Amino acid sequence: MDEILDGISQIDCDVLVIGGGTAGPMAALKAKRKNPEANVVLLDKANVKRSGAIAMGMDGLNNTIIPGHATPEQYTKEITIANDGIVDQAPIYRYAQGCYEIIQELDSFGIRFQKDQNGEYDVKKVHHIGTYVLPMPNGDTVKKALYRQLRKARINISNRYMATRLLTGEGRIAGAICVNTRTAEFLVVRAKAVVMCLGAAGRLGLPTSGYMYGTYENPTNTGEGYSMAYHAGADLANLECYQINPLIKDYNGPACAYVAGPMGGYTANAEGERFIECDYWSGQMMQEFYDELQSGKGPVYLKLNHLAEETVAEIERVLHIVERPTRGHFHKNRGTDYRKQMIEMHISEIGFCSGHSASGVFVDENARTSVQGLYAAGDMANVPHNYMLGAFTNGAFAGLDAVDFIKDVDFAKFDHGDVEAERNRVLAPTKRDDGIPPNQIEFKTRRLVNDYLQPPKVTAKMETAQRRFAEVRDDMQNAMYVQNAHELMRSLEASTIMDCAEMAASASLYRTESRWGLYHNRVEYEKDDENWFCHTLLKKGENGLPESRKQDVKPYIVEIEDDEKDAYDKQRVQPTEAAE
Amino acid sequence: MPLAQTQTSVPVVVDDDLCIADKGCTVCVDVCPLDVLRIKDMAEGPKSKTAFMQYDECWYCMPCEADCPTGAVTVNIPYLLK
Ligand SMILES: Cc1cc2nc3c(=O)[nH]c(=O)nc-3n(C[C@H](O)[C@H](O)[C@H](O)COP(=O)(O)OP(=O)(O)OC[C@H]3O[C@@H](n4cnc5c(N)ncnc54)[C@H](O)[C@@H]3O)c2cc1C
Ligand code: SF4
Ligand code: SF4
Repeated sequence: MDEILDGISQIDCDVLVIGGGTAGPMAALKAKRKNPEANVVLLDKANVKRSGAIAMGMDGLNNTIIPGHATPEQYTKEITIANDGIVDQAPIYRYAQGCYEIIQELDSFGIRFQKDQNGEYDVKKVHHIGTYVLPMPNGDTVKKALYRQLRKARINISNRYMATRLLTGEGRIAGAICVNTRTAEFLVVRAKAVVMCLGAAGRLGLPTSGYMYGTYENPTNTGEGYSMAYHAGADLANLECYQINPLIKDYNGPACAYVAGPMGGYTANAEGERFIECDYWSGQMMQEFYDELQSGKGPVYLKLNHLAEETVAEIERVLHIVERPTRGHFHKNRGTDYRKQMIEMHISEIGFCSGHSASGVFVDENARTSVQGLYAAGDMANVPHNYMLGAFTNGAFAGLDAVDFIKDVDFAKFDHGDVEAERNRVLAPTKRDDGIPPNQIEFKTRRLVNDYLQPPKVTAKMETAQRRFAEVRDDMQNAMYVQNAHELMRSLEASTIMDCAEMAASASLYRTESRWGLYHNRVEYEKDDENWFCHTLLKKGENGLPESRKQDVKPYIVEIEDDEKDAYDKQRVQPTEAAE
Repeated sequence: MPLAQTQTSVPVVVDDDLCIADKGCTVCVDVCPLDVLRIKDMAEGPKSKTAFMQYDECWYCMPCEADCPTGAVTVNIPYLLK
């Protein structure tokens, strides 16, 4: 294995779904069920059985809208406010209306959700306004259940193929170029529609531990979705709205407010005091977290040591078994016990991920991107605060629309020169006798991301980043060296990470105001609704560099009253309450 | 630029006595999202093959340990963040 082979083959399909993590399997299933004649291919860099953010399972659905507990209007309002108003409500509202049906479908797959004594869904309140969090007692079965459905529906699955570039022609999508991660052989997939579900850009910033793979996100997700969309000429929205999360220090996994919060746990400062009103992840909350870390009252901790033994045992059962099951090992090594002491927390490296923030490939309520026939869903599409149920539901919308789209179209013709150019780009590091290995290129890029792009954002620092990125890009293009197919995959990832880093810098420089709390805290600029109450859309310019423009926020479907707009700005616990 | 070999201690350990790679098992290699496990030939001992961690690029996520049919895999926390 890992020997570099010279080979290229081509396959045709109606709908190509790239990424078989969370959104992808649902997109493939929905497309195939709606049109059983359609040839649907699901392709993944890893193995669909155990890939993506939910490789081991999940603790719960963070954002359900279940009749009797929450309404689509209320949810749409909450997510609008949590994102400083910069959202198109249509995709959020459609999600809010459609997700209950998906919950029932997941239930029918054998994934159970917590119910109370009356058999009603046991939904918990974590957000500022509404009640949306639904625990999953057998959350470890999610992947297996999905995989069974994929087999049953006879979806063609191609594992260990990494998509590197999209093909376009006749003004629409034509397919994708993929590379086998163990042989370096090329696969050209011609497709009438392509659904991208490649997850977050998780290896953008460097974790403070220095371990390149100790990221919050599954590090398989390096951001090819963003980079491929960019090179295909699609619009990407609000990339300056980074993802930054509050995590267990060094372990870099969720703390986790959504599990421990409803049971009485909370985020505290070194004095054991609560300092944020609401532990739901938002930019404003992260700003308070950051301020506390910088103040004399840091570090920040997860506080559970005031809870009863049964409660702590229950929290442990959930947190140490399902989502990140090595968390128990971590605490054991450190000798830390929720019962005895508070657990140190820290903020994550930066990334792109709409699952928890708002940036991504621009899509409408049908998950359509700005390129015809090209769809995006899950963490890489710009529907804010998507989380797992958003990935499933928007993946479903994408699959359903894509299978309608293919009815009236044939394969778009593309330029075979594009395939040749991509082969030359990909294989260049295999043609040298020595040079710089991809891990050093990647480390340097990510170290520069931490030094110069991490908020608080400063203009001169971001401009320095751009100059230094250009130097590293030059090394990457002219001196990177790989010895086998596995390293070749890492070299392609290094190039994706560089693309994302450059987009992050460019988008952040464009928006000359501060917004979304810490996510886009530009210290030289105040929030400026007059000039910046708008989306920013970034695309590849004529000169091959990122180009940004403003786009109006579409008229709201659910009105927000003036006195509701700042509900998420008031995150700091007021002194009188803190003293209680 | 010439290359050097730098040592690193890897987080995932396989118990060679329990591993049945010599009977054709490749489960842990198949499921790892980062694709960092491989099967190698054994020079000595009763087994001809065993699984091992070839690349120190691990998310300490656990599918390899959870899906191994013989319980041969142990995932430890990578040293840098332990
Ligand atoms: C640690 C953690 C805890 C979380 N906890 C919760 C929770 O409790 N509740 C909740 O609702 N949400 C939670 N989330 C968020 C939720 O899991 C994600 O939003 C959701 O799973 C994202 O789905 P996705 O399909 O976009 O991406 P993923 O499920 O990550 O899938 C992306 C897929 O793309 C593949 N891929 C990547 N690059 C390529 C390429 N170049 N070519 C081919 N394939 C590629 C990957 O292998 C992967 O299979 C959590 C996330 C994390 C990371
Ligand atoms: S899954 Fe277990 S038995 Fe199979 S190859 Fe891996 S370590 Fe060996
Ligand atoms: S813990 Fe996860 S990343 Fe590490 S070897 Fe096992 S499956 Fe692979």
